[in-house]
Amino acid sequence: MQLRPLAICAIVFFTAGLAVASFANFREFIPGLLQGAWITVQITIGGCIVAVVAALLAAIARMYGPAPLRWLAVSYIELFRGTSALVQLFWLFFVLPHFGIVLEPMSVAIAALGLNVGAYGAEVVRGAITAVPRGQWEASVALNMPRKLALRRIILPQAFAAMIPPWGNLFIELLKATALVSLITISDLAFKAQQMNQTTFRTVEIFSIVLVMYLAISILITVGMRALETVAARGMARGR
Amino acid sequence: MTTPMVKFDNVTKRYGSLTVLDSLNLEIAPNEKVAIIGPSGSGKTTVLRMLMTLERINDGVIYVDGEPMTHMEKNGALVPASERHLRRVRGNIGMVFQHFNLFPHMSALKNCMEAPIHVLGLPRVEAEERAAELLDMVGLGDKKGHYPSQLSGGQQQRVAIARALAMRPKVMLFDEVTSALDPELVGEVLQVIRRLAKEHSLTMLMVTHQMGFAKEFADRVCFFHSGKIAEQGAPEDLFNNPREERTQQFLSAVLEAG
Repeated sequence: MQLRPLAICAIVFFTAGLAVASFANFREFIPGLLQGAWITVQITIGGCIVAVVAALLAAIARMYGPAPLRWLAVSYIELFRGTSALVQLFWLFFVLPHFGIVLEPMSVAIAALGLNVGAYGAEVVRGAITAVPRGQWEASVALNMPRKLALRRIILPQAFAAMIPPWGNLFIELLKATALVSLITISDLAFKAQQMNQTTFRTVEIFSIVLVMYLAISILITVGMRALETVAARGMARGR
Repeated sequence: MTTPMVKFDNVTKRYGSLTVLDSLNLEIAPNEKVAIIGPSGSGKTTVLRMLMTLERINDGVIYVDGEPMTHMEKNGALVPASERHLRRVRGNIGMVFQHFNLFPHMSALKNCMEAPIHVLGLPRVEAEERAAELLDMVGLGDKKGHYPSQLSGGQQQRVAIARALAMRPKVMLFDEVTSALDPELVGEVLQVIRRLAKEHSLTMLMVTHQMGFAKEFADRVCFFHSGKIAEQGAPEDLFNNPREERTQQFLSAVLEAG
């Protein structure tokens, strides 16, 4: 298990960051940036939840749904993979109000980033389901299970184990994409940094702290996903 | 004459232009033990897979316990079966696979409880009792909590047999169940099948390469060749005095390999 090197990495970066910050009297920036970081974390968590739900629904609809659902799922996946996350964000925030739909900036951020990453995730889910050996479906038929039951109780639990590592990647992508939300008036970590930079011009210090903060959050995600992987792998060999 | 438990009526199976089974006619009596032997590609595994509804047939009708399975009666005519009809008739059949196909995310006990609870609707306590009994029967009473990855091939295959039996099938299908096992583990699996054949009134179909076991276990042996039954009969007759040249060739080749 590679948890230890990761944990060491996280601690080193965190203390190095803190040390630099306290030595050079950067401390004044920390509270404001932490506020921004907290917003970033909230959007990341919300976005990840939306992404996983959207990905599961889209993948299952695409693989097993009736034709209209299948089409809907394919359109969603292609639309959100094929256009830029920034444009999606602007669309939900600036265009929807023209059609009478006004959403909170935070909701827009979580929905747009979640749906964007969910479109990639749908393909991850599909790949993982396809990778479950065919013998598992056949055993389910031999035990007279209806398709839905087999999918829910037999196939998906095995697919989950296989999809954890790629999801780790996607979650980190989502974290980094949250920097875009500063463009729809949200004071996230990137926004706070910009703002402080414009008033104090202490570019090196501010953006060094921001770098460390993003890195720390992403390492947290990695550590969490590794732990999840261990739990999923416990007692289960991916065999035939 | 009693109704056959399984009846293949002119069943044909094709993959593209390749005919795997060519108008097969085969009747199996209740409680009969039939061994199916033959060279690879002769269609013997396909017989079991069609009966388990893992393969659609292209022509003919399969009957189980007197009732058409692949088709259902509608206005006096036979039409292809609906999923619901398939599921109802399929409940009579259980299957054990060459590669076990146990659920790797469930313990041995859970493997045997899953379908009884969620398909048959048994209360959890009863399903657990039955699963434990069956695991005891296959000699794995002390491995109930083990996951498939913690069991040897022979043990996994015995769990798979218990799992199939937990659904109380009338017909059990064994598809080369010892072919993926190390030689020293074959005996323990055959021992379980032997007991089953003696103590339970089950109709059994077994595709096998273990000629010695087929001889001892089966009431009838069917020799398949190019999608047809080339020869069938009581094991003593078929193994000792094969009439067909193809049977003789096959048997001498298999026996030579040991």
